[in-house]
Amino acid sequence: MKYLNQLCVILGFTLAGEALQRLVPLPIPASVYGLALLFLALCAGLVKVEQVKETGAFLAGILAILFVAPAVGIVEHWALISPHLFSIGLILAATTCLTFGISGRVAQRFLKGGEDHG
Amino acid sequence: MAELLSVGILPVVVTLIAFRLGQLLQQKFKTPLLNPILTAMLLVLGFLFLTGMDIGTYQTGMKNISWLMTPATVCLAIPMYAQFQALRKNLKAIAAGIAAGTVSCLIMVFCLCAVLQFDRSLTVSLLPKSITSAIGVVLSEMGGGMPSLTTASIVLTGIFASILGTGFCRLFRITHPVAQGVAFGTAGHVIATARANELSPLIGAVSSLSLVVAGLLTAVIFPFVLTFL
Repeated sequence: MKYLNQLCVILGFTLAGEALQRLVPLPIPASVYGLALLFLALCAGLVKVEQVKETGAFLAGILAILFVAPAVGIVEHWALISPHLFSIGLILAATTCLTFGISGRVAQRFLKGGEDHG
Repeated sequence: MAELLSVGILPVVVTLIAFRLGQLLQQKFKTPLLNPILTAMLLVLGFLFLTGMDIGTYQTGMKNISWLMTPATVCLAIPMYAQFQALRKNLKAIAAGIAAGTVSCLIMVFCLCAVLQFDRSLTVSLLPKSITSAIGVVLSEMGGGMPSLTTASIVLTGIFASILGTGFCRLFRITHPVAQGVAFGTAGHVIATARANELSPLIGAVSSLSLVVAGLLTAVIFPFVLTFL
């Protein structure tokens, strides 16, 4: 029964996310609303970690499998993508390197700033 | 044979086996290069080629489980909550790092795509490349991008960040473990977080918090970025 209860809680938040997405006129995915709502409910103590833990870990664990199908779809778009392979690779490499550097350096500046001034 | 190929659950079973083989291969060789999503993609393509199953039939069969994507993404709130509690005193620095990285990443991808004169669909597909596919693929789909290219870009970005992450830390002189975690999670989402976990539990924890927050932040900024396209 534990897993069924947990599934009900998780699907409840998923449904709330779907509802919110239809109410708010912004192109933000329902899953993002559901995630935010569950996070807030956990912070507020409305939901305890024990009420979602195992089923949540299972669902998060199978998440990666669900991206195999979108990845397979690449053959359908291959004609559109293939002429740009080199540029795409360049964009990915350059922006990943810089995003890594910028996020790390900014975080470090704040961490060290806190240490230096008290 | 033809009858078996039309069984709706077959694509799901094939995908599960392909993914599991991909995981085992990665465990054996311990390299982020053998990403299970990429391995499974190649195995599934091989299966489709050998059996002659139509790619449309495959995609339709996968719809049996694809609805799980939303509840599974919602569940990312659970580890996020645990990390949030554990990292309370560093939240300001973590938030600043994620925000700087996420915003600059979107701007850089946007500008590079504009310089290369990419069309809208290509640009939309590449914009979410540094965030978790759970959010990125949906954003790409909603914006009129190609979910397949987005998935591939996200996986390649993660592999790139996890292989070169420690090198980047030296290059940019990122020495603080919390700052390193922010960089791994913001630039390389789940895949780089796996690498961060190997470095230390603290770096891994910061990275897994960062990947969810970066995904959420991107989802909020994304509609605004699209208005410039």
